[in-house]
Amino acid sequence: MRIFTLLLLLMVIFLVGCDGAWNNPYPAEESEQNILYSSFQERPKHLDPAISYASNEIVFTGQIYEPVVQYHYLKRPYELIPLAGAAMPTVSYFDATGNELAGAGEAVAYTLYEITIQPGIQYQPHPAFVRDGDDYLYHNLSESEQAQVYTLDDLPQNDSRELVADDYIYQIKRLAHPALHSPILGLMSGYIDGLAEYSKELQQAHKSGEWLDLRDYSLSGVERVDRYTYRIKIEGSYPQFVYWLAMPFFAPVPWEADRLYSQPGLIEKNITLDWYPVGTGPFMLTVNNPNLQMVMERNPNFHGESYPTEGEPGDKVAGMLVDAGKPLPFIDKVVFSLEKESIPYWNKFLQGYYDASGISSDSFDQAISFDMSGQMGLGESMQAQGIQLKTTPAGSIFYMGFNMLDPVVGGESERARLLRQAISIAVDYEEFISIFANGRGLAAQGPLPPGIFGYLKGEQGMNPYVYDWVDGQVQRKSIDEAKQLLADAGYPGGRDAETGKPLTIHFDVTASGPDDKAWLNWYRKQFEKLGIQLMVRNTDYNRFREKMTNGNAQLFRWGWNADYPDPENFLFLLYGPNGKVNHSGVNAANYASVEFDALFEKLKNMPNGPARQAVIDETVKLLRHDAPWIWGMYSVSFALYHEWYQNLKRNMMANNTLKYARIDTELREQRRAEWNPPVVWPIALIVLAILLLIAPAFIAYRQREKRVVS
Amino acid sequence: MIAYIIRRLMYVLPILVGVNILTFALFFVVNTPDDMAHMQLGMKHVTEEAVDNWKAERGYDRPLFYNGEQAGLTTLTDTIFFDNSVRLFVFDFGQSDDGRDIGHDISERMWPSLALAIPTLIIGLLVNLTFAMLMAFFRGSYVDLSGVILCVVLMSISGLFYIIGGQWLVSKILHLVPISGYQPGLDAWKFLILPVIIGVIGGIGSGARWYRTIFLEEIARDYVRTARAKGLGEQMVLFRHVLRNALVPILTGVVVVIPLLFMGSLVMESFFGIPGLGSYTIDAIHKQDFAIVRSMVFLGSVLYIVGLILTDISYTLVDPRIRLN
Repeated sequence: MRIFTLLLLLMVIFLVGCDGAWNNPYPAEESEQNILYSSFQERPKHLDPAISYASNEIVFTGQIYEPVVQYHYLKRPYELIPLAGAAMPTVSYFDATGNELAGAGEAVAYTLYEITIQPGIQYQPHPAFVRDGDDYLYHNLSESEQAQVYTLDDLPQNDSRELVADDYIYQIKRLAHPALHSPILGLMSGYIDGLAEYSKELQQAHKSGEWLDLRDYSLSGVERVDRYTYRIKIEGSYPQFVYWLAMPFFAPVPWEADRLYSQPGLIEKNITLDWYPVGTGPFMLTVNNPNLQMVMERNPNFHGESYPTEGEPGDKVAGMLVDAGKPLPFIDKVVFSLEKESIPYWNKFLQGYYDASGISSDSFDQAISFDMSGQMGLGESMQAQGIQLKTTPAGSIFYMGFNMLDPVVGGESERARLLRQAISIAVDYEEFISIFANGRGLAAQGPLPPGIFGYLKGEQGMNPYVYDWVDGQVQRKSIDEAKQLLADAGYPGGRDAETGKPLTIHFDVTASGPDDKAWLNWYRKQFEKLGIQLMVRNTDYNRFREKMTNGNAQLFRWGWNADYPDPENFLFLLYGPNGKVNHSGVNAANYASVEFDALFEKLKNMPNGPARQAVIDETVKLLRHDAPWIWGMYSVSFALYHEWYQNLKRNMMANNTLKYARIDTELREQRRAEWNPPVVWPIALIVLAILLLIAPAFIAYRQREKRVVS
Repeated sequence: MIAYIIRRLMYVLPILVGVNILTFALFFVVNTPDDMAHMQLGMKHVTEEAVDNWKAERGYDRPLFYNGEQAGLTTLTDTIFFDNSVRLFVFDFGQSDDGRDIGHDISERMWPSLALAIPTLIIGLLVNLTFAMLMAFFRGSYVDLSGVILCVVLMSISGLFYIIGGQWLVSKILHLVPISGYQPGLDAWKFLILPVIIGVIGGIGSGARWYRTIFLEEIARDYVRTARAKGLGEQMVLFRHVLRNALVPILTGVVVVIPLLFMGSLVMESFFGIPGLGSYTIDAIHKQDFAIVRSMVFLGSVLYIVGLILTDISYTLVDPRIRLN
């Protein structure tokens, strides 16, 4: 008992001795430092810019690597501006005989992108650059030396060098490296001249365990012009290529890093470019422990950049231009902590230990409230804490697709089209968004979400096959109209008029959790409105993918996040030559329309403007008529942030936005102390309760021990 | 005893081969190498050629167990199973499918798991034994009855409730310790104190009841009556005689789990953000990373067998009548 009390006292004394809030998960010395605190739910698989593609990876690579262009932080619609580039790439079009053309068109045989980078940009300090006379200090470590290296810090010397055009060329070559398996190799092989052949050449040259010096192998589609200029040759015309240039896939990688990381003893210990990135960006990764914490710190060699001086209307009033022209980045360090569960994550945000947060379904009711008119706003407790809410269209679509190869729901027949249109009306996505997405979405009117060129608001943007324009807003057509369409299709009351058998549609999904039953039942009810039986075929993702590849699905649910803000990146999901079954492409519905394909080929090469809008309108009209998808919903991203977090504007395309964030550390410290005062008295109460419970037993024990047997 | 241990160790080999075959069969029934490749290469823009290259690079383009294209012994050795299994027997776990060194990952992640599991086990054992002896001492009284009811109540509550309730009360309402997170070294204590307390409380119900049953069984034996008859105090009877004789069944439960401690606790580590091994296997299953799954199952089997051997040895230490032969 004495030991227990002593331990408890010691614990209390120890806790009292702690500085600041007791529940602060960060070291006390960090309290007033200029640090942004964030989290990650799953460890990033890849940080190598040739491989990394997932959104949880680009959070890191986006801050470290600098492609030649970037998205303007504030302007909408999204606009590309130079980053490491001295100017935007110049684009020239050529015909088959090598004559330069005035612009993109059918005669274009190839396109040249000439890119000039800014001189004087330096890489972050890194051991790969340390020279030893004519050689490099760490490039040829002996086996015993390699055995002594456990992290990059075990190579104590660091150096830097200037960024040159060759580094961008080197990275483009890395996309074809056989050991890297870059996810965009297949796609880029169709555009970058000679990349497919280059990939085969490297495959033959590559020997497992040996470094392949890509400088020794030339790629016809990439040419060095001078120290700071290079050209990329694109087969035909691909105007969307410039968006790819804003992604880390086309960021520079110094050959020295590739050489250093090629040593087998380092690879064995995960000391690779996939784990320790090397860039020129505002931040560098200094701690990489994805089981616990990843830390990025200010790159001392950063070439400097200024906060934008202009934005879209309303940005000035919203305070987004307070820091206009000031040097970036504002913060010194970003700490990402692994947070797998939503409950502790949410509570730490409320305690002030994370600076910003998304909203999970669990915390939605606490965070968001609806007023009498149904308008969404922050809950009272959030407002009391000074938390602010930002909502942004996420540039993504979640749809239900019909397999157009299916004899019942697919094909170009009038019967199948009317059936698809009837189902499109019956599946009430407004209700789905309200029930299952907490209102975080918009019912889709077509394939293009808000924020993408070609999207139209209001009556102009309405899908007339599913909605009517009533009192200035869209209204889903009545179920009676859907029933009439179904009858016209030859299924009155949901039964085949010829056979009398009930119409059954199979719905392939990947639903594994107990919560999924609710939305599956909801889908069944939507089809029941028409008398159609919906048979849910639930499976894991692997089998689902297999079914889609083989064309064995009838109706399915899928989604798409934009790679870049261009309508081509959505419409190509319905392009015939991208059909999943026949061409292993991304067109999961296997929609094939000669008319659509012609329109798509036309619009994909057009610059944004009224002419392109007209073609897009025609394309979307055709798609709405053919209804290969139930258009589903556009998701809306919700973000909460504390009052000390400045300059936050959601940019769904840019991935290098941490440099714009500013933190009022003094205010954060003050709020954390206010919100987290330790409450000690219950400990004393618990000790007392335990003593009261034990005391009678102890007394009884003593009495029994002293009892004399008579 | 040495002969016994050697014999037991020799049994290990066929058991581990069996475990490996079973792991292989189960894993590849659910996940084909194509599935694994798609999982690693991502969902967007993946070509069949990229999938084939990925499989070839990792040797997943070969047959699982029997290679009919080869001749002689190579029919068995040039297979995914053989190539991946043999190295395990020298504890060379190789690389995960996304290129990480599994041995390195395990060596890093085992320490936080141990930092959580060892105090939970030791404190839990002490608390459970004390509580059980208290109930045994006051058997049949209100203390015993209340204790048993308390145990049943504690057993009936979900472990998740203790975690969420504990985080809510101690971290969110009282602000006494961080709700989740971890720091290596001595700073880890403030992150571990709550999960350890929760782990101990969560284990009292079943642990104390079980030990109480063991103690009551022992108390009813003749030697206890003899001890009392010769005038020994109840404290002496319980600690010197009952506890000692009850150690064999207690050790059965405790020693066997000692090697498994470093495999970690999935739920506890996940909720408290402790970077241990508990979630390593589950994450690997989600990612369809067979290399990690295979390594962790193998390691778990080895440790379990080691635990059983240690249990046998410990019997001889606490009960001189037991001989291993």
